[in-house]
Amino acid sequence: MNFDDTPAEASYRAKVREWIAANKPDLTALPPEERLVWTEGHKNAMRQWQATKAAGGYACITWPKERGGAGGTQIEDVIFSQEETNAEIHDPYYITGLKMLIPAIYQFNDDAKFAERVPRAVRGEEIWCQLFSEPSSGSDSAGIRTAAVKQGDEWVINGQKVWNSGAAHADYGLLITRTDPDQPKHKGLTAFWLKMDTPGLEVRPIKTMGGDSELNEVFFDDVCIPDEQRVGNVNDGWSVVLATLMNERAAIGQSNGLTWSDMMDLAASIETDEGTVMDDRAFRDLIADLYVDLEARRLIGFRILTAISRGQSPGPEGSAAKLLWSGGTQTMMSEALDMLDQFGLVQDSTLSPRAGAYQQRFLWSCGLRIGGGTDEIQKNIIAERVLGLPADVRVDKGVPFREIPSGR
Amino acid sequence: MDFDYTDEQKALKDEARRFLADASPIPVVRGVLDNPERGHDEALWSRIAEQGWCGAAIPEAYGGHEIGYVELCGLAEELGRSLAPVPFASSIYQYAEALLAEGSEEQKQELLPAIASGEAIGTIAVSEGPGTVSAKRMTTRYANGTLTGTKLPVADGMAAGKAIVLAMGSDGPVLALTDLSGPGVSRQMVQTVDPTRGAATIVFDNAPAQVLGEGGDGIAALARIHSRSAVLMSFEQLGGADRALEMARDYALERYAFGRPIGSYQAIKHKLADVFIRNEVARASAYYGAWALSTNAEELPVAAAAARIAGCNAYWQAAKENIQTHGGVGFTWEYDCHLHYRRARHLGLALGSAKVWKRKLTDLLEAQRAASQAERQAA
Ligand SMILES: Cc1cc2nc3c(=O)[nH]c(=O)nc-3n(C[C@H](O)[C@H](O)[C@H](O)COP(=O)(O)OP(=O)(O)OC[C@H]3O[C@@H](n4cnc5c(N)ncnc54)[C@H](O)[C@@H]3O)c2cc1C
Repeated sequence: MNFDDTPAEASYRAKVREWIAANKPDLTALPPEERLVWTEGHKNAMRQWQATKAAGGYACITWPKERGGAGGTQIEDVIFSQEETNAEIHDPYYITGLKMLIPAIYQFNDDAKFAERVPRAVRGEEIWCQLFSEPSSGSDSAGIRTAAVKQGDEWVINGQKVWNSGAAHADYGLLITRTDPDQPKHKGLTAFWLKMDTPGLEVRPIKTMGGDSELNEVFFDDVCIPDEQRVGNVNDGWSVVLATLMNERAAIGQSNGLTWSDMMDLAASIETDEGTVMDDRAFRDLIADLYVDLEARRLIGFRILTAISRGQSPGPEGSAAKLLWSGGTQTMMSEALDMLDQFGLVQDSTLSPRAGAYQQRFLWSCGLRIGGGTDEIQKNIIAERVLGLPADVRVDKGVPFREIPSGR
Repeated sequence: MDFDYTDEQKALKDEARRFLADASPIPVVRGVLDNPERGHDEALWSRIAEQGWCGAAIPEAYGGHEIGYVELCGLAEELGRSLAPVPFASSIYQYAEALLAEGSEEQKQELLPAIASGEAIGTIAVSEGPGTVSAKRMTTRYANGTLTGTKLPVADGMAAGKAIVLAMGSDGPVLALTDLSGPGVSRQMVQTVDPTRGAATIVFDNAPAQVLGEGGDGIAALARIHSRSAVLMSFEQLGGADRALEMARDYALERYAFGRPIGSYQAIKHKLADVFIRNEVARASAYYGAWALSTNAEELPVAAAAARIAGCNAYWQAAKENIQTHGGVGFTWEYDCHLHYRRARHLGLALGSAKVWKRKLTDLLEAQRAASQAERQAA
């Protein structure tokens, strides 16, 4: 057990810290409303940052050089991400493609046509999105209805996806379809990669409760995809889903955001008759609880990386880490608003502490408990895969997909 | 960075688990439960001592084996899992660590070899009555080389030959070392919620004693010692919590209600998933504490407090939900669930309650914050 940087790690950290400081995007050059994620200004700044990283050898650090990566180690990748976080660089555009989708697709396809996309993604020229969920297929992620029908060398796609992060900004997507509705649910799925401007594909942004439009609906009306863009075998799309979700779980351990130390800063800035909120007994107990849970989440992330660096696949600790993070964030934001008392209601970038970040995250944290597998699904995963408890009684098992009942 | 036991450490743990399965099965634990006057199982203690576990982290210069702290943590985890009724926590995590961290060279030379071999048992006596001991309310006195006052409860106070006692000296609180079989000491067994770890009331009446090490602020010294003990004890808590969760899981698979295993109901599944998460928090925090302890990192006080809080939470949650998962049988003397429920609270109070440690943790975080602000301002 060792949490210290080795001398080599320490010198790598010093090097990248200096490099990030010298090269990082200057968001202050943007008008304030363009500094928010999912705006054109922010996106372009991050596109530039991705290109700078690629040129400097800091994009996709663990990937081999021939795929546009840096041929570095897992630990170097972690150190670089940590230093990016310390420099307050928040990039939601490239993670989906580079950490989740492209590595999953590579497990099935390494043909020239797909390989051509990869360096472009690494350089930030192309953004990828995940086209999995549907109106009737969220937690029940194999309940896909979007249909793909083979016609000659092409597949014709009809149906609808939903909740697709960044689809309106994306250039490419990984799509799961149903190719055989006469087989049971998990069979009969097939995956494809496709260009988001393929004719017949329409993206409609969804305004979320947070007010932004990160999420989208994606409609397919006779969209044609060449067979060479099929990922894996026909009717074996479930393997592609699993490969993606595995990467997603490993990536979760590394995400960042406001944490207990920000809460202490906020508390110390709010005056009371006794001093500040920092002097409040109940608040002090809360800080201890938050510290324990959120630090544990960070440390569990390291455990996952230790497993990966020893060549093991990360276990379901990722589910525990995700639950600690999503639940902890929502609790923390609720407590932040409470400690501001009535002023906690104010969500105004000029009046609220940290330009309203607490209020914004108070709203956004609801999505955190749903996206990437809901709280309940994560607990099912722990109960079934770690503890070995029986799966739920399944009424859809072995039943041909087209005969499975569907509600709203 | 490396965040797991090494293969050798894992092998040592596996060996320890096998040893304890043979040496400390449940009937051994119950042998003490049903005869609380025994306080611990002497035969088991001798076997553990023969394994050399007592000296695992004690330097060779003081008769130990100096295998390492992470290794000792691994042993603690296995002791916790097996519910071993022995004074290991008092003698090794507390008394030996106190001597190592605060004792004088002479005291270490004189006292540690017998602790490392398991021939002698030591403990630390702090509590005096309801509530947390403080300098203001402490009544035990140390003056002219003698101790006077009452300590209650003292973990393993009947088994121990020596104790380090927190007392009020002429210039403030001190830690004093005394011989419990010497003059001026009388002791009596006291019943606790966990009879498998004995305890005593100890009355000192001008008992000869010497200050530990250089003397100095005894409360601060105790805090330094407790940081070390807390990490080690958090591994016992983790081992116990893991075992309690396994028991609940096993029962949930075997017990049927309404025609299916109770473990197929989400109310049970999600409850046990919550216990698993608490255990993972405890594991991550304990590992971090083990690193801080084994490297004497400056993070030790914060890491230890977090490990302590997480360990208390996890074992409590696992022990109580294990009983709940068992239903009526879980409430019987016959089933072993209550052994963990009792032990969880014993470990949860023996170094001070989680509430006290939360206060301590926030104090430490606040001090850290002030220091880093001062540093920033200076720069
Ligand atoms: C911020 C955000 C980003 C997202 N990004 C993407 C993306 O990029 N690409 C993409 O494809 N999808 C994305 N999603 C979709 C996400 O994966 C789904 O919303 C999620 O899986 C839940 O599905 P659902 O919305 O259909 O809810 P449902 O599955 O209908 O769930 C409703 C409720 O029922 C519970 N429930 C369902 N099944 C069970 C069960 N077996 N046991 C117990 N409780 C159950 C759920 O936990 C939940 O509380 C995103 C969602 C969010 C919020």
